[in-house]
Amino acid sequence: MIRVRLERREVTPAWLQVAIPIASVLVTLVLCAALVRAAGADVIEAYRILLLSTFRSGYDVQDTLVKAAPLLFTGLAVLVAFRAKFWNIGAEGQLMAGAVAACFVGERTFLPAVSLVPLMIVSAALFGALWALLPALLKVRLKVDDVVTTLLLNFIMLYGVTALLEGPWRDPKSGYPNAPSVRIEAEFPLVPGLGVHLGVALALAAALLVWWMMSRTTLGFRIRAVGHNPAAAAYAGIGVGRVILTAALVSGALAGLAGAGEVGGVRFQVTSDLSSGYGYAGIVVATLAELNPLGAVPAALFFAIVFNGAGTMARATGVPIYLADVIQGVALVTMVAGRLFATYRPRLVRPLAPAPAPGPEATPSPLAGRGGGVAAEGR
Amino acid sequence: METLVTLLDVGFFAALVRISTPLLLASLGELLSERSGVLNLGIEGIMLFGAMTGFTVAYFSGSLWLGVLAALLAGALAGLLMAFLAVVLGVSQHVSGIGLTLLATGLSFYVYRLVFGQPASPPNVVPFRPWPVPVLSDLPVVGPILFNQMPLTYLALLAVPAVAFLLYRTPWGLDLRTVGENPRAADAAGVNVWRMRTQALVIGGAMMALGGAYLSISQFNAFTFGVVSGRGWVAVALVVFGLWSPWRCAAGALLFAALEALQLRLQANNVLHVPYQVLLMLPFVMTIVAMAIVSRNARAPAALLVPYRKEER
Repeated sequence: MIRVRLERREVTPAWLQVAIPIASVLVTLVLCAALVRAAGADVIEAYRILLLSTFRSGYDVQDTLVKAAPLLFTGLAVLVAFRAKFWNIGAEGQLMAGAVAACFVGERTFLPAVSLVPLMIVSAALFGALWALLPALLKVRLKVDDVVTTLLLNFIMLYGVTALLEGPWRDPKSGYPNAPSVRIEAEFPLVPGLGVHLGVALALAAALLVWWMMSRTTLGFRIRAVGHNPAAAAYAGIGVGRVILTAALVSGALAGLAGAGEVGGVRFQVTSDLSSGYGYAGIVVATLAELNPLGAVPAALFFAIVFNGAGTMARATGVPIYLADVIQGVALVTMVAGRLFATYRPRLVRPLAPAPAPGPEATPSPLAGRGGGVAAEGR
Repeated sequence: METLVTLLDVGFFAALVRISTPLLLASLGELLSERSGVLNLGIEGIMLFGAMTGFTVAYFSGSLWLGVLAALLAGALAGLLMAFLAVVLGVSQHVSGIGLTLLATGLSFYVYRLVFGQPASPPNVVPFRPWPVPVLSDLPVVGPILFNQMPLTYLALLAVPAVAFLLYRTPWGLDLRTVGENPRAADAAGVNVWRMRTQALVIGGAMMALGGAYLSISQFNAFTFGVVSGRGWVAVALVVFGLWSPWRCAAGALLFAALEALQLRLQANNVLHVPYQVLLMLPFVMTIVAMAIVSRNARAPAALLVPYRKEER
């Protein structure tokens, strides 16, 4: 039987960094085609609408950009954390923390009108960062598992916000449990020429800033060193705990900014369904971007296009709108699996003699190479 | 305070046991996976997938037990996918688990919408009815609390000693625990690490899905998109809270269920002027506090999160 041997790569070729995400998306679309067929729709037609309806009109392009902004923010938040091996699954809660702070500031009548937008942005980043600091402190000081705490804090935040919205913070003029709307002056201005709110531009700027931070600053170097090998980083004199805390603060701040954008540019108030899973989608964006800040931009745009097109596709073809959610999940799984090719090189291997019928090209068992490899059953 | 005491009657404890069912099943499933060395964060999605599959099959076949069977199969399949990712490919358990949750959640929504469309009122089934155990259900206090429950609740209660027995009293359990603690030693002793982990994930996945199906065909009579609403994550927390022991895990599940039962009571009776969300939040807060307190002693399975590669050191 032919086996596939995986050999560890010394370096990952640059083209693979681009090819793997693209291949993952293509594989995802092929896999999901079965679901489209199950819905009795024409696959090509459904995908054409799903992927191209964004480009029908200027309005759709704007809508997609606005949807991409929180995905980009949470994607950046997740990738900064993951780079430091701080498993922040809590972008959802940190986004909410930022939204609450932004909305609270945006309602204050005593603040000068011009200070509202900058204060909303700063306070959202601050609250998001604080909400991420708690699990990071627990991890660094007490070695409490960060996956569980960041996950649970999402629910604590959500229940806390719902309690506020159904209690003291409820807008008396509204029939729904919503916070009062922010002041008119607190609504984010539109970016001239683009017609999208300020948060979109901030998200793009954040991607550049995070890229610069990760690749050009000492902090970025330290984050990568800690994530790569904490023991070696500590030996090299890097304060591992402090680096993790800093990464958590940056991560939480970025997620908080997503909340500011949603309050300041889209909803103008806090509702309990403000996020609709942006925090978890951030994990998909970050993974598809291979934790590269610049890669997060196309990744966020791709999912914004899918989310934007799903509604149109559902109306036109009858394929359930939830195809977008399936695509998101499948893309994450195929991407994680595809990442293996960045670390390992697959190689077909024939088993050791005695082979039943040794062909002319029967080779002896190839040496496993330095450090050995992984033997996986061939398909 | 007196009003609070009157709230804690037999009905309250019966409700507590009922509410603990999905938590027991899911957390024991997660416990098996983690004891083998694999954190399965797909749990939230697997529960929803089980709830959807169980409901859909029960709806069309007219048989609740066929629904249960379908949910078990669906969960086992999801566990198999997790095993392929986390065991065979050995990729990040965090990320592949979240991926599985997103995938199973999206798929549940998709299939449900495809099958049922968007009806004005959600389709429903006649859910399980309590099965009073002869003689025992007539006992005072204990009877209504423990012996007048739904069949799946009995199953969940029995699963606790069953999992404990399996883990601590059988060769299979010994192998499983060794694989979770020291896979290389297990391998050297002739235990197939990949096979043990795959088995744990498949059985664990089936239990998670059963917990989900309990919600849609026993506790409620319909599938709704929010039917699981974080119970999977609570189960992950319960395993940590219970320090990877089935008994402590079950105790935690009962405690969390008590809080939810209390919350329902308080909401219905309107006695305490505490927002009900605070009580819903309490299990999550308690878990974090408990984790911080026990963190020094908490010993997760040593090989948790570490993929096993035979030829790599």
